[in-house]
Amino acid sequence: MVFLKINNLKVYYPIRGGFFRRVVDHVKAVDDISFELKQGETYGLVGESGCGKTTTGRSIIGLTKSTAGEIIFEDKDLTKLSRKDYHNYRRDIQMIFQDPYSSLNPRKRVLDIVAEPLRNFEKLTIAEERQKVQFYIEKVGLSPEDVYKYPHEFSGGQRQRIGIARALTLNPKLIIADEPVSALDVSVQAQVLNFMQDIQKEFNLTYLFISHDLGIIQHMCDRIGIMYRGQFVEEGAAEDIYTNPQHIYTKRLISAIPDINPKNRDKQVEFRKKVNEEYKNSYDKYFNAEGKVYKLKQISNTHSVALP
Amino acid sequence: MGNQPLLQLKNLRTSFRIQDDYFAAVDDVSLTVNENEVVAIVGESGCGKSALALSIMGLHQEGRTKLEGNVNFNGRNLLSLSTGEMNKVRGKDIGMIFQDPLTALNPLMTCGKQIEESMTYHTSFTGGEKKERALELLKSVGIPNPGRTYKQYPHELSGGMRQRVVIAVAIACNPSIVIADEPTTALDVTIQAQIMDLLKELQKKNETGIILITHDLGVVAEMADRVAVMYAGEIVELADVHTLFENPLHPYTRSLLNSIPSTTDEKERLHVIQGVVPSLKNLPRKGCRFKNRIEWMDDHEHEENPVLREVEPDHFVRCTCYKNFHFPEEK
Repeated sequence: MVFLKINNLKVYYPIRGGFFRRVVDHVKAVDDISFELKQGETYGLVGESGCGKTTTGRSIIGLTKSTAGEIIFEDKDLTKLSRKDYHNYRRDIQMIFQDPYSSLNPRKRVLDIVAEPLRNFEKLTIAEERQKVQFYIEKVGLSPEDVYKYPHEFSGGQRQRIGIARALTLNPKLIIADEPVSALDVSVQAQVLNFMQDIQKEFNLTYLFISHDLGIIQHMCDRIGIMYRGQFVEEGAAEDIYTNPQHIYTKRLISAIPDINPKNRDKQVEFRKKVNEEYKNSYDKYFNAEGKVYKLKQISNTHSVALP
Repeated sequence: MGNQPLLQLKNLRTSFRIQDDYFAAVDDVSLTVNENEVVAIVGESGCGKSALALSIMGLHQEGRTKLEGNVNFNGRNLLSLSTGEMNKVRGKDIGMIFQDPLTALNPLMTCGKQIEESMTYHTSFTGGEKKERALELLKSVGIPNPGRTYKQYPHELSGGMRQRVVIAVAIACNPSIVIADEPTTALDVTIQAQIMDLLKELQKKNETGIILITHDLGVVAEMADRVAVMYAGEIVELADVHTLFENPLHPYTRSLLNSIPSTTDEKERLHVIQGVVPSLKNLPRKGCRFKNRIEWMDDHEHEENPVLREVEPDHFVRCTCYKNFHFPEEK
């Protein structure tokens, strides 16, 4: 069975203008991407801001309508389901949002925030509901009494864990984590990442991990897809990407990671210069006339690169 | 290498008023920035690093803040200057680079005018000279087409370009010190690398002193000469960058370094610092401030009144708890 397979997904936004505000052009936020997720793995989606990684995540969960393409989840194409049929799949895919400050309603208690998915899908008595919420709140390392508090009473890391508890309540199979730690401090970030790994084992979760931080992606992900201007430039197992990057764009991203050892400082500057030179000189080799990348080509069992 | 001290902070204390009491966000910080030196101040949010930067620049809201101590610059105490006198220092002798380039720039002014603004106050340049200098600056911060950017408004530029303009504004009058408050946090990794390389290059060329405020230890490792680690308003460790990364001593520094996902040993569990940074009101004012986050350590390991002590040449650590410190998992 295919767990999740994205085929030729496109998300275009119309640009209107001219007479009668007709559609004159499209912003191709996601332009023909395909990839697959196996159950239990963590797939990292990397790229700079504006490359379409968030749009990809949002269209899988149905927050953004896709223009064309298939999203096959457990052998069903989600884009073709009727509203009613789609409802059944909603509970299997959940999302963790980037900013723990704006993704929790400040006027609701934690109990109401975390119970919201339950209220949508399950008919529970008040006591059952509270029990279930408290179970998940304890799972994320908060105390059961905390359910009566409001979001402002928690720190950033705790809030993000409330967001995770909300995503967990319906026993989802796939969690889309959109930059789950970029709003957090390093030490808190470590806490949330560790925790995400723990619950992955415990609940057999699959993650689609969206981030621009290559250090975190390497720490968390089994396979990685690198996006540029709505397309994939390289896809492969984590080792492939980090030890044997093929596309110049990937090399650029990797060279930009700050090295934690001050001794390598000059080496790092040199390395970046070299990669930038290469980027300038061999631009035509990697990008076509419109500045887009080529189609992905498989170069080994696990590794594909966009080369002509 | 010039080793002349440029800026000296002595027992700087910045307190904010909450209701009727003042609480110190920066507590007794002493720090020297030498000529041609990059000093990084690292810490989590709420540790007082930005409050420190704003205190040097005198940008805190008056009436709600109390500043004590000394900020010596060119033989004067900046804290005792009047607003008028301070205005002559800001922008001319000390430049500042802010975190978010979109909010730091005026959306109604062209980039060129914003760069010229500080020259209008601090120099007697004519309009033509100002424009010439502005174009030169735009070129030196790596903007491909200075003539066009000069006439553009901030919203027409990308984040990285905007941050370059902010840097150009900060160095317009050749300041001897630049305070960079999280200069790369709002930027993408590739842009961050470019901005870091640019700052370093400019720093070498103009021999400026830089105070680099950041929470990103990777940026520190790539840019700084000396590092001050701040926790709860105090400096807990101060050393040159190589010593700090090779031989970190204070438990907080070690915990921070351990909590970064490193590119070498993957898939290992990251270290988590227990508890949270106490809020300004609840800061422990006595004893080691890091004590309640390393509770497995015995009380007698801490000093009663911890001070910043030189443990080896030019390596300062606060409190004695570093001596027998171990992580809970290593026992």
